[in-house]
Amino acid sequence: MSEAIDRPHPTPRDYILIAVILFAITAAEVAVTYVDALDSARAPMLIVMSAAKFLLVVGWYMHLRFDRPAYRNLFLIGLVLTPVLFGAVLLSFGLLIGN
Amino acid sequence: MAVLDHTEHAGHPDLGNVRKIAMWAFLGSECLFFGTLISTFLLYHNTTGDGPTAKEIFSIPFTSVSSFVLLMSSLTMVLAHHAAGRKDWRQMRVWLLATAGLGLVFLSGQAYEFTTFVHEGLTVTTSPFGSAFFVLTSFHGGHVAIGVLMLLATTFMSFGGKLHEGQGMNVELVGLYWHFVDIVWIVIFTVVYLLQV
Repeated sequence: MSEAIDRPHPTPRDYILIAVILFAITAAEVAVTYVDALDSARAPMLIVMSAAKFLLVVGWYMHLRFDRPAYRNLFLIGLVLTPVLFGAVLLSFGLLIGN
Repeated sequence: MAVLDHTEHAGHPDLGNVRKIAMWAFLGSECLFFGTLISTFLLYHNTTGDGPTAKEIFSIPFTSVSSFVLLMSSLTMVLAHHAAGRKDWRQMRVWLLATAGLGLVFLSGQAYEFTTFVHEGLTVTTSPFGSAFFVLTSFHGGHVAIGVLMLLATTFMSFGGKLHEGQGMNVELVGLYWHFVDIVWIVIFTVVYLLQV
């Protein structure tokens, strides 16, 4: 199995910094929900912010940035298949419900 | 978490890594499990029948606090793991208990939210929206509850001195599960709550 990626590991200070960023993004998400002027841009903004939070937790707290690529690949299989599943379910059942 | 990887002994498989591979494979499969539930919710989120809509019953400020609590539990979890890496068992137990406590706060919030929704006329049988919402969030809540039990079991096993050799890896595996529960909530919070109001 391939070895862990040689990057300096995060310290508690890094973890706290990530938590502050996660908090700030969550606050921004909630704020975006209440700003009427952002109506048309709301969905893409929320999706981008949610993806940023997801990547921060997976990369830093779950250490996927620093760990063996094999773990990342295993997780990626599920992660890549999920939107495929999304598409298949929404398309097939959506069409059925539409009919 | 490579800091805690066990070294391979001559002639013996590295069980630490085998367990970690199994956990990552399990989490990959869980992505598909929650993906199915979320896509079902998206399919039925507009089919509210005579029942209340998401806009009418969701309380974004309340759910935002719950989300914050779960995010902070990921911080305490990673600090527990860091303490285990330094073999500082006392600190590790403190952070594990803090994580379990935050998990219980999140579950209490979910119980309160469900009770409020039922009083306002949204039950699992009210509409396809209600069914999809309760099934998705209940399964997530169930995962949080299992995580809390795992955290408490790890803490009490540590008190009993039963974990010494494999403790780092046990904490790491529980941590991976806990962080996964957190990332699922990150998606649910956006897709189920914020995008529906």
